[in-house]
Amino acid sequence: MRTMTFAEAIESALSEAMEKDERIIIVGEDVELIRMNLLAKFGQDRVLNTPISEAAFVGAAVSAAMGGLRPVVEVMLVDFIGVAMDAVMNHAAKTEAFSGGTWKVPLVLRASCGGGYGDGGQHEQTLWGWLSHIPGLTVVVPSTPADAGGLMLSALAHDGPVVFLEHKLLADYWLDYMGTGGRATVRFNVPSAGARGPVPDTWDPLPIGKARLCREGDDLTMVSVGVGVHRCLEAASALDERGMSSTVVDLRTVAPLDREAVRESVAKTGKLLVVDEDYETFGLSGELAAILSEDGVSFRFRRVCTQETVPYARDLEDKTLPNVDRILSAVAGLVEE
Amino acid sequence: MQPDLWSLYTMMFQSRLVEEEVARLWREGKISGEMHLGIGEEGIVAGVVSHLREGDALALDHRGTSPLVMRGVGLPSLFYELLGDARGLCRGRGGHMHLLWKEKLAASSGIVGASGPSAVGFAMAGRRLRPRTIAVAFFGEGAMNQGMMMESLNLAAVWKLPVLFVCKDSKWAITTESTTVTAGRLTDRAQSFGMPAFEVDGSDVETVWNVAGQAIDRARLGKGPAFLYAHCVRPEGHFLGDPLLRMARHPIREMKTYAGPLLKSLSAKQGGSFKDRITSIVSVGSSIAKTVKGELTGAGDPVEHLRKKLSSEKHRLDSIESEVRDSLSSVLAALDSGPDSGEVQAG
Repeated sequence: MRTMTFAEAIESALSEAMEKDERIIIVGEDVELIRMNLLAKFGQDRVLNTPISEAAFVGAAVSAAMGGLRPVVEVMLVDFIGVAMDAVMNHAAKTEAFSGGTWKVPLVLRASCGGGYGDGGQHEQTLWGWLSHIPGLTVVVPSTPADAGGLMLSALAHDGPVVFLEHKLLADYWLDYMGTGGRATVRFNVPSAGARGPVPDTWDPLPIGKARLCREGDDLTMVSVGVGVHRCLEAASALDERGMSSTVVDLRTVAPLDREAVRESVAKTGKLLVVDEDYETFGLSGELAAILSEDGVSFRFRRVCTQETVPYARDLEDKTLPNVDRILSAVAGLVEE
Repeated sequence: MQPDLWSLYTMMFQSRLVEEEVARLWREGKISGEMHLGIGEEGIVAGVVSHLREGDALALDHRGTSPLVMRGVGLPSLFYELLGDARGLCRGRGGHMHLLWKEKLAASSGIVGASGPSAVGFAMAGRRLRPRTIAVAFFGEGAMNQGMMMESLNLAAVWKLPVLFVCKDSKWAITTESTTVTAGRLTDRAQSFGMPAFEVDGSDVETVWNVAGQAIDRARLGKGPAFLYAHCVRPEGHFLGDPLLRMARHPIREMKTYAGPLLKSLSAKQGGSFKDRITSIVSVGSSIAKTVKGELTGAGDPVEHLRKKLSSEKHRLDSIESEVRDSLSSVLAALDSGPDSGEVQAG
């Protein structure tokens, strides 16, 4: 076992894959700086700095993938995907279906996501529910260094478009870039087990669409992704002290969802709490409730999500994003019912 | 280099006949949805597509039928696709706006402007994997007001990519007259990105062929993208059933639908000044009048244009035309609407 930061793990897996497959290129804004190590190793032919012009370069990455390359296209923050949404939803996601399965788009769309560092609602969204809504897109959201490296490998090996989202509280360079800015005067609630941790000695791809059982308990099931997983684990420890044992499921992939893993656990505990940093309405939390209902599972349900545009002020932001206090009061509601 | 006018004529004539059959099937209700034809654009398409080689890519707009026919798509596979049959090019799942032919790297899109980024990406892949190949983007003048198209011109220029941007100007962006919504000259826009821009009469395939050839040779040598601005006339309007054309062709029949609500709006108590209302109605009327004018003159038909040039060899012309006609008839006759009876070749 080696130890790596979340960011190092992604870069290590990506770098290994780039050594083996010359079709992998990196395209995006500021990648000459952000991916400096890969630039130094593979050169400017494979690490292409773009203008701030997402509609064109994400669209170009789609057809570059159709033309035989395996691009990793970066839009810095997932919030910026708005201007390139046509390329994502009408082209990357639809080409395989429209071609009757004959033409695939092996593209990785890489972006940072999430809040908790005071940047406001245009730079702190997660949007995985919105992206997962569209048939044809795979959306992965790792929560640990080991998962981040393994899922990057599987994203690169996947034959369809994969959105790879790395939370800014987990990826240290993003947090420095967007939040810290070299200051020693600011503090953020970084989940340490997510930002740095053990990784396998050699990278192997992790199966896409397979959840991870982080811990098992009998009284309730908490399901989450990204930073939310760590908030759940912290809440679960607090619940242990109150004599309640909880299961925590890290979905790791939002699309496709690991329906079986969630069903199996909720069928045992009868209580589901979804912790989702994405928006509450029309999203992951509602989808989980819907599929369990379809599967005939009898369960009580609560959710802790983001309900409004993320406010700038730090105290307001703390209350808006899922946190341990909100989780614990939701659990209280779930148990008292 | 001189173009082979007979071969260009054959391509154009075949494309015209195929699209006339498509129009017939659409009118018979056998093809669903919208139908955007390339009738009138054949001179531009043939003048460009005839230069393409193995490994070149085609980023197409919503008028992909004609370029695919000229690139040699299997006609049964094309017709089956438009008919929504599983034996189609895309197994009936794409339809005319989403024709995707991997073997020839030809990809259509129904989103105006999307062929810009698409050609840039094909050129990126081509440069790494298939040296000396190029990518062509076909789009209308309406797409030149899309941000992604402007961004693509920038990206292709700054990365010196082998792309030929082909802007087919029919003067109409859907049913809006393009000059009323477009600032400046389109060739100036392209030149401002530092790429050469050529303006041609798209009904003259010989000129298109010559100019496109120069631009494509230049791109193959790694000298970067170029912009081909070609004028054309599209007699069928934006799509089959174009409301402007319907009003122009059958004013009395169509006005039955429009007259009542329109009079109500004109005479409503609340709203703009009477002068503003009249001006607005006159503007719509003028669009209809211009459509009539464009249609009736019939000028600018690229197939007729070349036909005249070749008419001195009437016998050869007749024999080419009947050969194309016969082969299309046998394709159509062999199409069956029964259950799948096997695979159909894409190309």
